[in-house]
Amino acid sequence: MDEIRDADMVSGKVIQERYLREGMMPHIFCSGCGLGNVLDYVLWAIEKEGLDMEKTVFLSGIGCSSRIPGYIDADALHTTHGRALAFATGVKMTNPDLNVIVFTGDGDCIGIGGNHFINAVRRNLDITVIAVNNYIYGMTGGQVAPTTPVGHIGTTAPYGNIEYPFDMSKMAIAAGATYVARWPVYRPNQPINSIREGLRNRGFSFIEMMSPCTTAYGRRNKLREIKALWDFYMENTVLREDYEMTMKFGSDREKEAVANKIVIGVLHRETKSTLEDRYYEMVRELME
Amino acid sequence: MKVDMERIKKVLGPKKQFIHGDHALCYGALLAGCTFYGGYPITPASEVFEMMARLMPKVGGVCIQMEDEIASMAAIIGASWAGAKSFTATSGPGFSLMQENFGYASMTETPVVIANVQRSGPSTGQPTLSAQGDMMQVRYGSHGDYEIIALAPNTIQETIEHTIKAFNLAEEYRTPVHVMIDGDIGHMREMVTIPHDIELVERKKPKVPPEEYVPFGPGLYGKKKVPEFAVFGTGYKTYVTGLTHNEHGFPATDDQEVHDKLVRRLCEKITDDREKLTDYETREMDDAEVALLSYGMASRSALGALNQARKEGKKVGYFRLKTVWPFPEKAIEELSRQVDKIVVVEMNLGQIYHKVREYSHCEVVLSGKIGGEHHSPNEILAEV
Repeated sequence: MDEIRDADMVSGKVIQERYLREGMMPHIFCSGCGLGNVLDYVLWAIEKEGLDMEKTVFLSGIGCSSRIPGYIDADALHTTHGRALAFATGVKMTNPDLNVIVFTGDGDCIGIGGNHFINAVRRNLDITVIAVNNYIYGMTGGQVAPTTPVGHIGTTAPYGNIEYPFDMSKMAIAAGATYVARWPVYRPNQPINSIREGLRNRGFSFIEMMSPCTTAYGRRNKLREIKALWDFYMENTVLREDYEMTMKFGSDREKEAVANKIVIGVLHRETKSTLEDRYYEMVRELME
Repeated sequence: MKVDMERIKKVLGPKKQFIHGDHALCYGALLAGCTFYGGYPITPASEVFEMMARLMPKVGGVCIQMEDEIASMAAIIGASWAGAKSFTATSGPGFSLMQENFGYASMTETPVVIANVQRSGPSTGQPTLSAQGDMMQVRYGSHGDYEIIALAPNTIQETIEHTIKAFNLAEEYRTPVHVMIDGDIGHMREMVTIPHDIELVERKKPKVPPEEYVPFGPGLYGKKKVPEFAVFGTGYKTYVTGLTHNEHGFPATDDQEVHDKLVRRLCEKITDDREKLTDYETREMDDAEVALLSYGMASRSALGALNQARKEGKKVGYFRLKTVWPFPEKAIEELSRQVDKIVVVEMNLGQIYHKVREYSHCEVVLSGKIGGEHHSPNEILAEV
């Protein structure tokens, strides 16, 4: 993976002019929200990979993160809650030449859309999913999500969440994703590189972005300031390489310190054929 | 995806065949140029899916098994935006699951065709038996204000023809179109002639350059209330959302005027053509004093009752709806002025009956039968 060099950088202004839909501004995101960062990283990755925006389709479900495609000047389907991956399956299977990128949130992806998610991963279509995890239902006002940590406050768990959360990236790996990475939004370069690798990977690529929601999550959990949320993510995450080294060579105390942290980094890579390749191969044989 | 009609005809086989209704839906779809089927198994519609799984790859199309009916409906909408004529088939429980995305297809003006091989409900009901219990669900099942087109064939031959027509209407009006059959038509076999000279309708594509294209504005070359459809990947960069949107497709969720204008147009593009879409068949109506009004499978029972009544010298006529939605208001009103009584024959406890009453000036009674058995002629004639 080639690192992004400053010399390669075009200006942010150019990115804005090249990719954003001016007619949709101003955006709906709160101050302190990480969605702007996520959008930025995706556009940089697209720029670096040289994707043809006339052949790129964005899809999303419902929620704050699902509003992202509206700001990008490209074909897009802003679909029903949780169903974006099922819509994406129809798009990609009909026209495999299209680049398909899906934006989803934690509630959208593995709450209401959980079944579509694991089945879409299982099929291994060549699509890239940007799953923005803010650990809460943000747009509807801060209800607990299937990702909310135990003990944290949501409007539907006013005395603290008592349910165990899902780990989205682990689910993606278990269901058969061919590329899985997880990064907090405060690191720009690693996510951009992961999104680039995801776009390049022929198969189901899943990039989980840990994104702060100050409005609906932070202020109820003593993480009101954006810095507090970023610090919280920093304190509770560990790089995959560090985690593995510690678990292999660390003392008991060191192991204990990382055992419950969220592992970030490129979490999984594998190679296997895509559904659309297998399907159209069958079509070619049958039509001969 | 390019459709090779010669290949389709070759794959479908002999011009005359003895096939069942579920397969007739597949034949109709292929002849109409369908290249995408998304499905989920359900009795009594599974045979549609199984036949599509066999046929679709042979004609270069896609057939995919989704994880549920919500996903099937989602997949065919996605396929339509990628340029395919797309199709799914299901029955009651699956049809209920699809309702949210029916609304999405209406709101986003996506051409799709759905077949409902109806079975008894509520809930799991009688999976293997026939009913007409979804005639109101098809019209009103999704939330908000919208109009729908629904056809109700009563023979296997007509099932092929109505399926082709459904695809044409979906393309013409940019809307979901439903083919409403039932478990018995679905599983009954009849001799059919595969139609070979078919007129196909294709969705109108924009001719203006992308910067001048208004994706949800007025139609420029065809119907004024049906905008041109830019297929994804053709450079028009269309934003499609289920949110209330302005003519450019951008969300305008807090604007009363935009919402009013949009939703009225979506409804009016169908209701403006109500007369054109109205399609029915009559028999022995010239001197009829009582009309047996029916549609789909129930009309075959009504036909038996008609023949018996005429033998007995009763002045009974037969009026069969081929298009159920949009409701043929004017035709029903005229019928009600012609006869003294209308007997609505349907396999439910009264659905279309209520619509008939709404537009009738004469007495209207229901002959409703449920439980998977058909009306006997005497049961129908008891209401005459």
